[in-house]
Amino acid sequence: MENTILQQSQDQHQEAEIIPENFSETISDSVFKRFFLEVSSLIFFTLRFFKEVFKPPYEFNELMKQSYLIGYKSLPLTGITAFIVGLVLTIESRPTLANFGAESWLPAMVAISIVREMGPAITALIFAGKVGSGIGAELASMNVTEQIDAMQVSGTNPFKYLVVTRVLSATLMLPLLVIFADVIGLFGSLVGVNLRGSVSTHLFFSQVFQSLVFKDLFPAVIKTFFFGFAIGVIGCYKGYNSNKGTEGVGKAANSAVVFASLMVFLIDMIAVQITSLFQN
Amino acid sequence: MTTQATSMKNEHDNKQNVRVAVDMEHLKKSFGNNHVLRDINLVIHKGENVVILGQSGTGKSVLIKCIVGLIDLDEGTLVILGQNTSELKDKELVELRKKIGFLFQSAALYDSMTVRENLEFPLRRQLHLIPKEELNSLVKEALENVGLSETIELKPSELSGGMRKRLGLARTLILKPEIMLYDEPTTGLDPITSKEISNLILEVQKKYNTSSIVITHDIECAKLTGNRIIVMKNGMCAAEGSYTDLKNSDDAWIRSFFE
Repeated sequence: MENTILQQSQDQHQEAEIIPENFSETISDSVFKRFFLEVSSLIFFTLRFFKEVFKPPYEFNELMKQSYLIGYKSLPLTGITAFIVGLVLTIESRPTLANFGAESWLPAMVAISIVREMGPAITALIFAGKVGSGIGAELASMNVTEQIDAMQVSGTNPFKYLVVTRVLSATLMLPLLVIFADVIGLFGSLVGVNLRGSVSTHLFFSQVFQSLVFKDLFPAVIKTFFFGFAIGVIGCYKGYNSNKGTEGVGKAANSAVVFASLMVFLIDMIAVQITSLFQN
Repeated sequence: MTTQATSMKNEHDNKQNVRVAVDMEHLKKSFGNNHVLRDINLVIHKGENVVILGQSGTGKSVLIKCIVGLIDLDEGTLVILGQNTSELKDKELVELRKKIGFLFQSAALYDSMTVRENLEFPLRRQLHLIPKEELNSLVKEALENVGLSETIELKPSELSGGMRKRLGLARTLILKPEIMLYDEPTTGLDPITSKEISNLILEVQKKYNTSSIVITHDIECAKLTGNRIIVMKNGMCAAEGSYTDLKNSDDAWIRSFFE
């Protein structure tokens, strides 16, 4: 009995030693500290990008290669997704519009939805998943296997060669992919409209172009440059600064997708606010 | 000091510089509270192979990464080929780096490139407008030197560990560096391949008259390649001498490396 009480007392004492009194404060301190360190580190990384991007030599060949890998290689996935989104959006919207007797507005409504929001946001999210994680994993594995160090030793600026080219490619390729996705999405919508009716391609697209104006298209395309830039920078940042070890590769890829997706939504929210300010 | 004495001293220093490849004085490096390099004083002469032995975590790899500029020093003077690295601008450091070759422990080959592209990469970066024929002949020569001519179109993932190390060495040597740094060149290799790599290190020294620092735990490699062996302990040079001197040292801890 005495031994049991003694054991319990020792256990409590050990527990008290393991868990400090200000445990919750320590946790929140470290979480906030880590968050602010991470954000400041990302800001410095972004500033370094702007410092390096204008300085010669320019890695034009690598930029072309990355644009091919990031842009061209993403076409099938973007196309298929956009087609399905256009089709589903049309099928889902038809009954609601039919209730109000506004079925003829279907092409116009779907077009505005796709061009203003669905096209840019969904393509950016897919881009974050495919390209952001790819860049994060690639650079992290190069970091783990000392390839980035090897590049530096051979007199190459790895930041310029690896980061600047990838960020630029992502920034330039995403808007093109979004325009492509918008077009394919509209074709998906055309198919959706024709599943329960008969609308000619000419009539469908004339309704689409009548409903779209410049102020729908322009802000939607402009914000995709920011989406692409954010996805490129975050992917590169996570990969370039990954921890050594194979675990670091997985973490870099994963956190690149999560963080980049979150940034896409944040930028989108800001872009919508700014656009609405100008429209009013 | 008189003018004559000063000029004699300068002349003496210049002669020393001509013979010295790397001169390290009181090098220190810490990572937080972890003092990895405490006080390193070491001179590497031209054409000399110096092997550094020591337990894991004593700062051997950090030392050579400081030499090549991958890690910044906290304190101390590092003179490479007569140039004090702390006084050099970024561009001058890049130029100096070109004279230093580094063979990484993992060989650090670019996975996305073929063997040919791996070798062409440093050449294209350094010699921007190199003609295609010259590029080809340099790549072929580098591969012949390490006996890998038939692998030219393969990817690094298709090569064995020994082949990867040899390719890493070829990529480093293609720029004909004056100083070579080897980070555990025989780790993870079988005894026969280890000996091949050690012989290659010797061949490089003879053929190009390079000065080398070899970090290793492999005593056979140390015996074969080292003109001089340094034993590091707690971030400092604990002992220095030839293989025979250190093997017969009075200090049991130093002898234990060679048993």
